[in-house]
Amino acid sequence: MHVLKGVSFEARRGQVYAIVGPSGCGKSTLLYLLGLLDRPDGGEIEINGRLMSNHDDVARTAARGEHIGFVFQFHFLMLEFTALENVMMPMRKLNRLAPAAMRERAHALLDSVGLGAKTHRLGTQLSGGEQQRVAIARALANQPTILLADEPTGNLDVRNSNLVFDLLTRLAKENGQAVVLVTHNPEIAQRCDVTRPMRDGLFV
Amino acid sequence: MISPNLRIAFRFLTAKKRAMVMSLACTILGVGLFIVTQATTSGFERFFTKTILGINGAIRIEDKIQDTMRSMSAAGGGDSHFARRDGVKYIEGIEEPQALIEALRDFPNIRGVSAVVRGGVQVTSAFKTEDAQVFGIKLEDHVRVSDLAEQITSGQLEDFRQTPTGALVGRVLADRLQLSVGDSFVLSSRGSSRRLRVAAVYETGYREVDKTNVYLHQAEARSLLKRPSGATFLQIGLDDPDRAPADAIRMEQVLRHSVKPWQEREKTWLAVFRALRISTMITVSVFTLIASLAMFNTLAMIVLEKTKDIAILRSMGYERRDVTRIFLWQAGIVLAVGAGAGAVLGATVTWLVSQVPLPVNGIFKTDRFIVTWDAYHYVGAILTAVVMVMIASLIPARRAARLEPGDIVRGTAQ
Repeated sequence: MHVLKGVSFEARRGQVYAIVGPSGCGKSTLLYLLGLLDRPDGGEIEINGRLMSNHDDVARTAARGEHIGFVFQFHFLMLEFTALENVMMPMRKLNRLAPAAMRERAHALLDSVGLGAKTHRLGTQLSGGEQQRVAIARALANQPTILLADEPTGNLDVRNSNLVFDLLTRLAKENGQAVVLVTHNPEIAQRCDVTRPMRDGLFV
Repeated sequence: MISPNLRIAFRFLTAKKRAMVMSLACTILGVGLFIVTQATTSGFERFFTKTILGINGAIRIEDKIQDTMRSMSAAGGGDSHFARRDGVKYIEGIEEPQALIEALRDFPNIRGVSAVVRGGVQVTSAFKTEDAQVFGIKLEDHVRVSDLAEQITSGQLEDFRQTPTGALVGRVLADRLQLSVGDSFVLSSRGSSRRLRVAAVYETGYREVDKTNVYLHQAEARSLLKRPSGATFLQIGLDDPDRAPADAIRMEQVLRHSVKPWQEREKTWLAVFRALRISTMITVSVFTLIASLAMFNTLAMIVLEKTKDIAILRSMGYERRDVTRIFLWQAGIVLAVGAGAGAVLGATVTWLVSQVPLPVNGIFKTDRFIVTWDAYHYVGAILTAVVMVMIASLIPARRAARLEPGDIVRGTAQ
């Protein structure tokens, strides 16, 4: 069964894209293909001009660590770790910075999402909105080219939804990153630079 | 700097405290039990071996191999007779012990050689008469191939050395005949008899030896047994008794005499100890298996509960091999702590067991439980635990690594 049919999508740095559509139309599938979490049966995916869709798992994993940041609907923090450790996790894997610099950057990112005072709290000691803000900080940790967010506000109340969306877009624009988010929320979609509605595996 | 994988592994593991403690406890018990059983089993075996080597030496050279009709006739009459074993004929005893001793100088592993004249006698004390075996020895030679000097329990070896009519009597025989150091007794054989004096009483712990063996100076024994030349056997001490079988084969080829290493002489008892060792190894293997199953269970549970964390890690650039390593690190942490604590437990219990009073007398003599302190037991226990636990951990670790992050996030992971 083909979930996506002849889909072509391009994201530019500093732009925020919303992919909208009814459930099952292929939004998340497209997002996971763009994030190199899934392998396409056909077609091509390029990041920074490099063809990534045909690469093996190791290369695609390395590209995820270096170029892609993910924010999921259900936060997906690692609950045994503090907020600071969660944000440092991708940096430790990429190992591009010295440990002190990693810590400094993680503190700065948590400050920027308004959690500077809660850096040493475990995931379990944070509210849903706070967890999602930590997830955004974590997604930005390695200064990715593209930020992919699957219903990032889907599990939050209106106040937290707006807070999270504003953070996501502000930080991404400040850093010149492309943001692609899948959402059912029409208000969020309207506030994006580009909205791409989908139906039955096609952009309409 | 701690690797990110190790850091994550430690946190995953400590988050599942009950399961971790269970795995750890099983590993500690497995390693500890392995060490204790090895220490106790091999303790008795080694003590038995030491006792045997201390009595009969590592190798004994006896009957001459007779392989031609000419040599058969050359053996002449006298006390010699022929025996047939495995298609080979033997002439009892050693005609020219000195020639063999000279030939043995070419064997590098040899510590000493003692020519012994042996014969059946009757020992008569003021109390009663008992059958016994006389061993005519040259003391200086014999103490090099036995523990006779350390086996003296009353009297002095020096008295024996300086008294031509002195005798070394086994503890059991001395008790039966109510003989003490300084007492005299009569040895009778082949119609002749001699009065001798107990110079010292020895105890090997091997009851049959202590009940029958009487050591005399060789000249006295020759006179009593009417055997002016030759020897019944040569007793050989080796620097490395474990090499006795190989040395025995070469000696037999060179000397053309029947040569028996201690492993062949004592094969019945050694087989008993081997059976005991196998039986304890089976018990220990079951415990180690339980330890590895506990580890498997712990890791399998963590994999099930941490699928989302695995997806997060994979989404942020952690490779499949990182996921495998995270789970193997968890096994490694349990192994490191479990092996260390297990070794301490094993050493503690081994020491406690060594303090247990256990009078044994028969094939050796001891008042306490015998244990062996051997680093190889610890290395063996830890290696066994490493192999078993790592094999058990590999399955959940590889399962975790195979999980597709996209499937997990969508909730369709298998």
